[in-house]
Amino acid sequence: MKGIQMDLISSDKLERLSSVEKIRMILDSVEDGKIIVLERGLTPQEETKLIEATMTKITPGEFAGIEIESYPGAVHQSWFDKLRKKPVDRARLTVIGPADQLKMLKRDRDVISAMVSAR
Amino acid sequence: MGIIKKIRKNLSSAFNKIFKRGKLHRIGIYGPPNAGKTTLANRIVRDFTGDVVGSVSDIPHETRRAHRREGVTIESNGSSITLDIVDTPGLATKIDFQDFMAKGLSEDESRRRAKEATEGVIEAVRWLEDLEGVILVMDATEDPFTQVNVTVIGNMEARNLPLLIVANKIDLDDSMPSRIKSAFPQHPMVPISALTGDNIDVMYDKIAEHFG
Ligand SMILES: Nc1nc2c(ncn2[C@@H]2O[C@H](COP(=O)(O)OP(=O)(O)OP(=O)(O)O)[C@@H](O)[C@H]2O)c(=O)[nH]1
Ligand SMILES: [Mg+2]
Repeated sequence: MKGIQMDLISSDKLERLSSVEKIRMILDSVEDGKIIVLERGLTPQEETKLIEATMTKITPGEFAGIEIESYPGAVHQSWFDKLRKKPVDRARLTVIGPADQLKMLKRDRDVISAMVSAR
Repeated sequence: MGIIKKIRKNLSSAFNKIFKRGKLHRIGIYGPPNAGKTTLANRIVRDFTGDVVGSVSDIPHETRRAHRREGVTIESNGSSITLDIVDTPGLATKIDFQDFMAKGLSEDESRRRAKEATEGVIEAVRWLEDLEGVILVMDATEDPFTQVNVTVIGNMEARNLPLLIVANKIDLDDSMPSRIKSAFPQHPMVPISALTGDNIDVMYDKIAEHFG
């Protein structure tokens, strides 16, 4: 069967991985042309690390980077949470794929609509 | 502003001043490529010091190195605040050299620009850790739900640092600043045109209010 591989990673699995392992897993898969769906989103720090790592992998004509989309984080953070520096809850679905194969069509607070194409 | 909100704000800003702020007030101008960050940085710096920060272009990734302008004193409503303004390269998760060719650059130039753009993004991301606040510039004609916006906002929230969202390009007919407000309702937002200067004074008030 021809097609595009899609890996759906559970939050249990994600919880067991370190940040470095998560980012490596994501980039290795995406470079192979896979679409990754994470049950639980990355932390903001992991997101910036992923952007950095992606930039080092971009090679004109070969790899153009990633498309990544998640829902925005929790809206509600009380001032008490802020004082305690409680991290914002990021437990939301994230989809990641090669920039030349995954196109976001429409997103809003609750729905992500994407198109996947073969290489 | 309600009295409770005011007390909270004063408390948390007093808290910030005592425990971590010190004298540094470095504010980064962030956003996706082409949002108008350099146009805005130039306007701020021109309004208060008479200089410019960097070059502006309709080709994305014009800024590929961060530029810091030290000690810009912004005055609004009788109060004033002195900030270091850092204009950063546009953040992106993808950079395709063919997009530059489509803008009329040669293949060699496009490849070089793509390479420099990736370095620029890394520089912008690294600057995030050395800032005390962020002005996040969005093009109000574009979809605000992008990973870049979510990531910048998430980082500032995680570190409990002030963030001001600027909905830029409201001079354009298809701009929808209200969409930005509803996308990120938990943060202050000000609609402006960095190009024409529309509503810029309101932005200065907000800067003094949130970064002071
Ligand atoms: N109509 C309109 N155009 C604007 C406005 N602000 C900036 N622009 C235009 O948008 C384009 C990009 O502006 P820049 O200031 O270079 O954008 P930037 O965010 O610094 O872009 P990079 O450095 O590439 O990340 C230029 O053609 C500007 O003239 C605005 O308020 N209204
Ligand atoms: Mg610029």
